[in-house]
Amino acid sequence: MITSKDKVAAVEQFAEQVTEIEGRSLWQDARRRFFTNKAAVISLIILALIASLSIFGPLLSQWNYADIDWAALSDISTLGRPSIETGHYFGTDPLGRDIFVRTMQGGQISLMVGILGSFVAIVIGTLYGATSGYLGGRVDSVMMRILEILNSFPFMFFVIILMTVFGRNILLIFIAIGAVSWLDMARIVRGQTLSLKNKEYIEAAYACGVSSHKIILRHIVPNVLGVVIVYATLLVPNMILLESFISFLGLGVQEPMTSWGALISEGSPNMEIAVWQLAWPLAFLVVTLFCFNFLGDGLRDALDPKDR
Amino acid sequence: MLKFIIKRLLEAIPTLLALVTLSFFLMHFAPGSPFTSERGVPAAVLANLQAKYHMNESLMSQYFHYLWDLLHGNLGYSFRFTDFTINQLVAQSFPVSAEIGFWSFLVAVSVGVLCGVFAALRQNSLLDYGVMAFANIGMVLPNFVIAPLCILFFSIHYQWLPAGGWNGGAWPYLIMPVIAMSTSYIAQIARITRGSMIETMHSNFIRTARAKGLPKSHIIIRHALRPAMLPVVSYLGPAFVGIITGSVVVDQFFGTGGIGQHFVNGAINRDYSMVMGITILIGTLTILFNAIVDILYVFIDPKIRY
Repeated sequence: MITSKDKVAAVEQFAEQVTEIEGRSLWQDARRRFFTNKAAVISLIILALIASLSIFGPLLSQWNYADIDWAALSDISTLGRPSIETGHYFGTDPLGRDIFVRTMQGGQISLMVGILGSFVAIVIGTLYGATSGYLGGRVDSVMMRILEILNSFPFMFFVIILMTVFGRNILLIFIAIGAVSWLDMARIVRGQTLSLKNKEYIEAAYACGVSSHKIILRHIVPNVLGVVIVYATLLVPNMILLESFISFLGLGVQEPMTSWGALISEGSPNMEIAVWQLAWPLAFLVVTLFCFNFLGDGLRDALDPKDR
Repeated sequence: MLKFIIKRLLEAIPTLLALVTLSFFLMHFAPGSPFTSERGVPAAVLANLQAKYHMNESLMSQYFHYLWDLLHGNLGYSFRFTDFTINQLVAQSFPVSAEIGFWSFLVAVSVGVLCGVFAALRQNSLLDYGVMAFANIGMVLPNFVIAPLCILFFSIHYQWLPAGGWNGGAWPYLIMPVIAMSTSYIAQIARITRGSMIETMHSNFIRTARAKGLPKSHIIIRHALRPAMLPVVSYLGPAFVGIITGSVVVDQFFGTGGIGQHFVNGAINRDYSMVMGITILIGTLTILFNAIVDILYVFIDPKIRY
């Protein structure tokens, strides 16, 4: 009896000491590891700079994104050059509109489509894939068949229908892109879930009587997060590229609004006479996409629970 | 295993039927018709045209008409290229896209996996950044920029390669389309490979293999590569279908005459039978390759059973 009391006392004393050591959560750990990755941190800073420049940049210029500079219109390849005096820091497009302001305005659209679109795709795709993979059996079969039908459904046709029915609307582009982009995400998450669900800790949770949706949310989803985040950062640039492809087909945002993709497809036919029309929007696009990629790598390394 | 394959094949039938139904009704409910144009056609001509394509009948009767033809392997007549059946147009353009796609797929998988594995083995080193930056070129440059840049560089500046055309698929005509097609897939495959390879290299069985003193090359090839390929393979199934069904950008810039152009133009021109035909083609291929991926899982991860 006495010894057991002693032990209890000793444990209590120990417990008091333990509470003074602060526990580190998974996310604190992840943050610490993320900030040791220089490429990812620099990318994050550059992305923040590009985003704030896209929002506040137009204030720095005397031009508006829809204004036509009639003075430069007569000869774009010489008068429309990038110069400080005329106020066209990046030059003008074939209609004499200022490329600097248009690039900033296009950036707003492209970044918004990219980030919102992938967020929707990630949420739907992860939940769908994890549910399908975990439940298995007939549910899995039906859910994967639905995925296949949607996957082989002509996406371009869907976009064209939306554009003709509702007019060219940026919100609709984003819905259309988001609605088709979660399919790959769902397949990848399902593939991971199929091998995760045979792991011991899932079995243990099941044996404890944890309900299916709790197992999916608490055990499956956090463990596929590494792959999901790598894919998500692939998705943001993909969304931006997809939007630019739609612009290339002439179905993008309504003029005079623009996006990086629209600017690039307008600029590429003129690359031999007025290279700035292609170069500036392309440079912003390329830097942004590179940064998202390095950011994704950094997040993946930071969030991998095995990588301690 | 055989039971599983037969089951998948049987499941494909209702899937395809649902796909056909969904796209048929969506397309016919969309406003506009193939005969809408700036200059209206006289009413009598319009009536004749509609009668020719059964468009004066009710939607349900059109639908069953289409299904009946489809059962006989007949995809109907194009509304745009009036002298051709869809079967002819697909037979003409699909082999072109499939050939470009096949080579692009080989290039993308070999370069992408190599880049990803090397980057993962030297994580956060200069080699990692360098290799991934190279692989990511395709990710950050849209292919409608890569295609004209290729033409400008290889055809106009150096005159090494023909600027366009197909010429029965002779290799000089293949190179630029394959470059434009494969670059974005290289980037995706490299990234997915790198991510899962890093994860695999940190797992317990790799530590055990290292503790046993196995040579590094043996650990990578025999132990790490197989489980690391799991997410890559699930990406490759749909990617393969996407890559062999062509791209409108490649067809437009290089004039290869693949299937990609028909699809986008078909949707814009409201060429019902063309869009339906290509949808069915893509749908069949998607179902087929998803089944193949599911079968491959069994070989890659022995824990998975059906």
